[in-house]
Amino acid sequence: MEQRQAFWLPDAASTYAGDVDALFYFILIVSVILFAGVMATMVLFAWRYRRRSAADRPKPVKENKIVETSWILVPTILVAIVFVWGFRVFIHMNVAPPNAMEITVRAQKWSWLFEYPNGVRASALHVPVGRPVKLTMSSADVLHSLYVPAFRTKMDVVPGRYTYAWFEATRQDTFLLMCTEYCGQQHSMMLSSVIVQSQDDFEAWLQEGLLAADASPAERGEMLYTQQGCLACHSLDGAPGTGPSFAGLAGSERVFADGTRRIADDNYLREAITQPATEIVEGYMALMPGTYALLEPDEIDALVAFIKEH
Amino acid sequence: MAETSTTLKHYFVSSAQQFDAAKMGMWLFLVTEVLLFSGMFVAYAVYRVWYPEVFELSSELLDWRLGALNTLVLLASSFTVALSVHFIQRNEKEKVVVLLLLTLLCALAFMVVKYFEYTGKWSHGIFPGAGFAPHGDYAAYYTPYAPQFFSIYFVMTGIHGIHVLVGMGVIAWIVTRAIRGHFSAAYYTPIELTGLYWHLVDIIWIFLFPLLYLI
Amino acid sequence: MSTAGQNYLSASTGVRSWLLTTDHKRIGILYAIAVATFFLLGGIFALLVRTELAAPGETIMGQDAYNQAFTLHGVVMVFLVIIPAIPGILGNFVLPIQIGAKDVAFPRLNLFSWYIFMLGALMALSGWLVIGQVDTGWTFYTPYSAEGTSSVLWLTSAVFIAGFASIFTGLNFIVTVHKMRAPGMAWNRLPLFVWAIYATAIVQVLATPVIGITMVLLFLERLLQIGIFDPALGGDPVLFQHFFWFYSHPAVYIMILPAMGIISDLMGTFSRQQVSGYTFIALSSVAIAFLGFLVWGHHMFVAGQSALSSIIFSMLTFLIGIPTGIKVFNWVATMYKGSVSLKTPMLYALMFLFLFTIGGLTGIMVGVLAVDVHLHDTYFIVAHFHYVMMGGALIGLIGGLHYWWPKITGRMYSETAGRIAAVLVFVGFNLTFFTQFVMGSRGMPRRYHDYAGLLDQYPEFAAYNLASSVGSFVLAAGLFMILAYAVHSLVRGKKAPANPWGAVTLEWTHTGPIPDPHNFEKVPLVTRGPYDFHLADDVLGAAASASSESQDNT
Ligand code: HEA
Ligand code: HEA
Ligand code: HEC
Ligand code: CUA
Ligand SMILES: [Cu+2]
Repeated sequence: MEQRQAFWLPDAASTYAGDVDALFYFILIVSVILFAGVMATMVLFAWRYRRRSAADRPKPVKENKIVETSWILVPTILVAIVFVWGFRVFIHMNVAPPNAMEITVRAQKWSWLFEYPNGVRASALHVPVGRPVKLTMSSADVLHSLYVPAFRTKMDVVPGRYTYAWFEATRQDTFLLMCTEYCGQQHSMMLSSVIVQSQDDFEAWLQEGLLAADASPAERGEMLYTQQGCLACHSLDGAPGTGPSFAGLAGSERVFADGTRRIADDNYLREAITQPATEIVEGYMALMPGTYALLEPDEIDALVAFIKEH
Repeated sequence: MAETSTTLKHYFVSSAQQFDAAKMGMWLFLVTEVLLFSGMFVAYAVYRVWYPEVFELSSELLDWRLGALNTLVLLASSFTVALSVHFIQRNEKEKVVVLLLLTLLCALAFMVVKYFEYTGKWSHGIFPGAGFAPHGDYAAYYTPYAPQFFSIYFVMTGIHGIHVLVGMGVIAWIVTRAIRGHFSAAYYTPIELTGLYWHLVDIIWIFLFPLLYLI
Repeated sequence: MSTAGQNYLSASTGVRSWLLTTDHKRIGILYAIAVATFFLLGGIFALLVRTELAAPGETIMGQDAYNQAFTLHGVVMVFLVIIPAIPGILGNFVLPIQIGAKDVAFPRLNLFSWYIFMLGALMALSGWLVIGQVDTGWTFYTPYSAEGTSSVLWLTSAVFIAGFASIFTGLNFIVTVHKMRAPGMAWNRLPLFVWAIYATAIVQVLATPVIGITMVLLFLERLLQIGIFDPALGGDPVLFQHFFWFYSHPAVYIMILPAMGIISDLMGTFSRQQVSGYTFIALSSVAIAFLGFLVWGHHMFVAGQSALSSIIFSMLTFLIGIPTGIKVFNWVATMYKGSVSLKTPMLYALMFLFLFTIGGLTGIMVGVLAVDVHLHDTYFIVAHFHYVMMGGALIGLIGGLHYWWPKITGRMYSETAGRIAAVLVFVGFNLTFFTQFVMGSRGMPRRYHDYAGLLDQYPEFAAYNLASSVGSFVLAAGLFMILAYAVHSLVRGKKAPANPWGAVTLEWTHTGPIPDPHNFEKVPLVTRGPYDFHLADDVLGAAASASSESQDNT
């Protein structure tokens, strides 16, 4: 991973990032000048007109019309400039080019799922370099927000409606993608990455994903385990996390918080995934999202097959 | 209470100043009330614009005759309360008591009608929010977003109803003071202020009625 | 009740005389005690947050605890500290005296406001202690807040109730300013602090009912699932944001306007000069109050509102910078050819200028559409609002408390200690929050319990966060030092003269060291403007001026 240290803003890697940065630096510089001017005057006055004796009796100052008008006019002009500039860049950032490649984004507590037109799904966002990409986003539960600092791209993901974002990556690299709308307990863990590849590598990756579609159930289950974010809470090596580990889970006797017991057979595993709130394993809290009920039946089969292998 | 209310409070210079201050305070309070309701009117407007058909269909379920009756009752009560202010200025204290009692009666009538409306809705399974489950003849009204209409209906009329109840409490208190002869042409601030409040309750209903029952 | 020779503190004693008082000055002190306690509490939550973030990984608490800590920090600081602080403490104590009134227009309502404020506050805090777990953030965004624990119900009720305290306080001040001014106290002779509180009161009265109804609707959403805000039931979560910010943006001017009023008074008194552009400053408060109602959508540039609304909101947002700029420039200009004394209150006034200008200019930055897309919900925003709220509003309050301290308590504090603490606060504050500007620009999101996962790509976040946490403890040290010398002053402080700063507004010139229970022995007749130092020989006592005594020149 290439890390260039930029001044103030992070490295930019999308077509419009440069426009945003130019505007940002313009305002920053103007603000610094304004601020320095105000502070210098303040310090100067405070020193120059410091009280010399308790009996100091300054004369009232007559107000100066030119000075007064200028401090109304200058800020007005400055804000007019930044408004128009910001507005034009914003429109550019809002309207995706017509030839953009469409990717569907599904957000849920606390994972991202990216779905490609050919049906491939992934938990990291793979995109080709130098090609505009349009994201159509929806949320299964609460508000989330998709943020890629390197691209200067951010858009809320709102349940009950679609929202859109687009960008065109300019550099092959891996970039951090994060959730910036507070969404509950593991908001800060809702991270993923954008993997920018050459057009060829990207095509190859898409193809691979298609092949995986007719892999064995357990192999598909393994994919889903990553994609659906099960790994955030369930380990494969026996270490307990937010949820119990999958290691040795299938076939064992489970003890629930209300004292009842049950053998973890296929049906139990299916119900544990689709109705997580009904039986809570002892020692854990009811934190598993209910959204997995929306998985396709064959996906659930695949997950169950995968769990049984561990 | 009786002694202090008729005398000038020490921090005021004159009773005119005291009266002006009280009246201005009341007006400001009414402004906040209007803004409180305006939030709900905005919610109503937004959902009406989004789902006009649902709102038209659902409002059929509200009986406009009962709404109209309540409008008349409230208008009458506004009138009696205005008259009571008029008569206290002329020191006709018995009339004031009668008029205030009439106002109270109208308010009571309003609440009784509302009671029948609400229970009627509930008996058909029309509850606000998740409880919304019209059955029998009304099952056809179970459309998407109909729950929103009835939520808004119950919230708006409910909060308005609470205002009527509070108003009744205040009027009852004013009546007892009027009976005990606390008011005169020289001092009638509480009657005046109660009247202002009551007009506001009335005006809000005048907006609620057409918006919810008619259109 | 004969009170000759008594002051408001000694006129009656005992707990009852305080808890049942209708004296605006004592009510101000009731607020001061309450707000200082809540500030301490909110500050402790802030320090917990900063300690957790000092190092990557889990430091002192888990995710749930962290999310509750910043929620409570935000709720306490906003609803229990900064909104009631200046109107409640100094507005109550100073405003009636400054306009020459014996009390506010509705003293009993005033006491009642304090009680409902306390009720709301205790509900908010007991909800946390007893029911536990509010982790929605201070913004209560739906649908997360509609599915949370039942303490959301409790907390929204608390905010609703505390809101009424704010409404009644505002209402009281508007009527007081309109109806209770002493003879000769024309509108253009009102001290700028009064103008500021007046503008604030208008916002309180007009905006607070909307948060009230929003909280009622959210409450009903949780209780009955009325489906207005919850998308699972067909509601619209973005509508909630509109409702919320329609109040909460004007609310930021409820926080800052009173502080601006304090700064105006301080600049005038400690420069011994007429406050430059008096009319502009007075009217710009009202302009800001008005414009403040039209810009709420700038919190929602990436929330899914239409691009057109975003553009309009952005434009209106900039308009606010202009009246605010007028104030800043005029404050600086006030020192021109003045006689500037750098006593502790003035140090805070200058500190306010420094910090607030940074906060305001960064506010303009995030008001720029394209730039806000990158900065929204990052630490840049956190830094922006701490610069205006802590660096602006609370520094203004602290300056004001130092200024009026001798009048309120009749005692002086140690000037040396005051200056040392001011330096600590200044250094600590900038270390805490300037680092946040930098890391926010680089993409550090807010409300993150942990940033270990970001360090791969942004290793610098570790250093910035650590510096910020260190800064917060320096800042805390400064604030605790203020608390310490304030207590010392109460017990051991030198007796204060009636007018230690040579100010010329009524509270300094027409009352003794501590005002008597009714403020003035006889109703004052006002014959000069609030900053007419050149007409105030009687006050400043220097003989050498030619201007004749107390001539009316307005
Ligand atoms: C006291 C509180 C306070 C004050 C006074 C302000 C003042 C301003 N705020 Fe701030 N703001 C908050 C408290 C405050 N804010 C809070 C709490 C949040 C976040 C809430 C949350 O999400 O939790 C927030 C968030 C916030 C956002 C949303 C950011 C986001 O979430 O993406 C925006 C966007 O426009 C904004 C803008 C402004 C502007 C333009 C001003 C202006 O009023 C500033 C005007 C001042 C100046 C401009 C400086 C002085 C002027 C000059 C020196 C003259 C020269 C000026 C020019 C050339 C223009 N603020
Ligand atoms: C008035 C408002 C106010 C004030 C003063 C502060 C003060 C502080 N804030 Fe806070 N803050 C908010 C309002 C405020 N904050 C809000 C609204 C949020 C958003 C919450 C959300 O996202 O929902 C926030 C969020 C927030 C975050 C982001 C959390 C996150 O997003 O994950 C951080 C992190 O550093 C932080 C830190 C601090 C610190 C270190 C202080 C320090 O300045 C505190 C120092 C104070 C003390 C140490 C107490 C000392 C007091 C005494 C000794 C009493 C004596 C009294 C007197 C001297 C008068 N705050
Ligand atoms: C946010 C955390 C989280 C995520 C993500 C998550 N789970 Fe869970 N899961 C839990 C918790 C906590 C429990 C234990 C409480 C319970 O029984 O509901 C659990 C329990 C289970 C159980 C029962 C385990 C036992 O010991 O009996 C199964 C099976 C399971 N999860 C499967 C999955 C699968 C498959 C996925 C992904 C598609 C997934 N989980 C995603 C938190 C999570
Ligand atoms: Cu998803 Cu925050
Ligand atoms: Cu705002």
